[in-house]
Amino acid sequence: MIYARGLVKRFGDFTAVDGIDLEVAPGEAFGFLGPNGAGKSSTMRMISCVSLPTAGELRILGMDPARDGTRIRGRLGVCPQLDTLDPDLNVRENLTTYARYFGISRAEARRRADELLEFARLTEKAASPVEPLSGGMKRRLTIARALVNEPDLVLLDEPTTGLDPQARHLLWERLFRLKQRGTTLVLTTHYMDEAEQLCDRLVVMDGGRIVAEGSPRSLIETYSTPEVVELRFGLEELDGYAGKLEGIGERLDVLPDRILLYAPDGDGAAAEVHRRGVNPSSVLVRRSSLEDVFLHLTGRTLVD
Amino acid sequence: MAHPTVAVLERHLTLYRRLWRASVFGSFVLPVLFLLSIGVGVGGYVGDVGGVSYLAWIVPGVMASSAFQMAAGESTYPVFGDFRWTRAYHAARATPVGVPDILRGWMLYILIRVLVNALVFLGVTALFGALHSPLAVLAPLACGLLGVAVSAPITAFAATIGHDSYFALLFRFVMMPSTLFAGVFFPLEQLPDWLEPVAMASPLWHAVELCRAATLGAATAWPAWLHAAYLLAWAAGGFAWAVRAFRKRLED
Repeated sequence: MIYARGLVKRFGDFTAVDGIDLEVAPGEAFGFLGPNGAGKSSTMRMISCVSLPTAGELRILGMDPARDGTRIRGRLGVCPQLDTLDPDLNVRENLTTYARYFGISRAEARRRADELLEFARLTEKAASPVEPLSGGMKRRLTIARALVNEPDLVLLDEPTTGLDPQARHLLWERLFRLKQRGTTLVLTTHYMDEAEQLCDRLVVMDGGRIVAEGSPRSLIETYSTPEVVELRFGLEELDGYAGKLEGIGERLDVLPDRILLYAPDGDGAAAEVHRRGVNPSSVLVRRSSLEDVFLHLTGRTLVD
Repeated sequence: MAHPTVAVLERHLTLYRRLWRASVFGSFVLPVLFLLSIGVGVGGYVGDVGGVSYLAWIVPGVMASSAFQMAAGESTYPVFGDFRWTRAYHAARATPVGVPDILRGWMLYILIRVLVNALVFLGVTALFGALHSPLAVLAPLACGLLGVAVSAPITAFAATIGHDSYFALLFRFVMMPSTLFAGVFFPLEQLPDWLEPVAMASPLWHAVELCRAATLGAATAWPAWLHAAYLLAWAAGGFAWAVRAFRKRLED
């Protein structure tokens, strides 16, 4: 569905995307993970054929965006990072108006709008203006709108940023449904849990480059340990403790507010901490996550 | 399969269905009030101009200037807002709709709005007995041409600016003087000689000439085709500028 070699995007002196290689297969749910400014959105804009690459090779659905941009866009569903709904049109009209952009007949547009309102759980809101809808509803409407042309490839740029947990879970559930139907999904996110929930495979981006690639599971196995122990110590200087904890687990990271111990057996490592006479104010043993992978790869946390 | 340009036009018409009541007041009632106060009121003191009543003389001018105001006004905040606030252009650009489609659909919408407005206005002025020639039916066409000639460059301008406060400057220093010195309320010859070419540069004056020729059956200052060509040049130049401005904004 997507093939990229040495993809570069520059804006003047600034290099947003610095030579990335990608391949996305049909039916796959593929994620770009990285902090703000990593180059995820610029990559998405190139894939959605509104911004042409500065250098490198890019094929979307087997076509060249520079030559066949219009044809490619006709088969994409794009859910942008910022809502682009028409606030002066009602929910239903937002779908039918957009359907017409794809050359879909009025009758067919109405039929698909009903179907998508059902899918997005917005049937009761069909005649409502967009403005009073909640953030989660607007996102669902944006996603429904992106599906109006029955796209082969759906692009979602930070689909759940700024939503409350309940709205995020409902959205994930809807996206999971899409994935089950075999729709190819490409999404960007800076949420670890989102990437773990939705992506079969993902790349970690930092500074315009891909720093790691794989399934969420394999990334955790490669770059982290099965479990992590988080230690907090009130207001004291953490560096003093680091020396005392040396050798517990495979590795440790000192963050501004806590120390992370990477260990195959978290409970065992926590017991060792106490045995050495170190008494943190709180101890949390948890499964390793993509957050730890990212921290290990870039030395920074994702969301500050 | 509908052309993408038509789909863009449909969006604007769907939006207009919501807002038409408010806009009818501005675009139609206001010029009529103008005619009553200035045409009938001021006209009582002025007497005849160019062999016709002052009211009949300013009808084509007010008609063209109302098209001018409407086309200009519609091309400021609504265009700026579709970039900044609703991001409707970004939404359209993510589909097979291209920048030329976005702009052609928009120009067609402006054309329809201006034409409808001018036709209604023409009907009302006929009741005032202010139309002296059957050619008056052609006046809305001149208004439509003026609408596109004005809307295209202002649309481009709205796509270029980073802050909407520029519109206040546009209205104060471009639109207002254009309306006052384009032969709407008095013949251009009344102006000092050095100001006449400036007034002639405004697309409005050319449309006023065409409209006046149509409603009064009088001759135009330049050959009619030249006035029309001048307006067309503004439309074409503005459109080309708008395509560039929109591309820059949407495709990088």
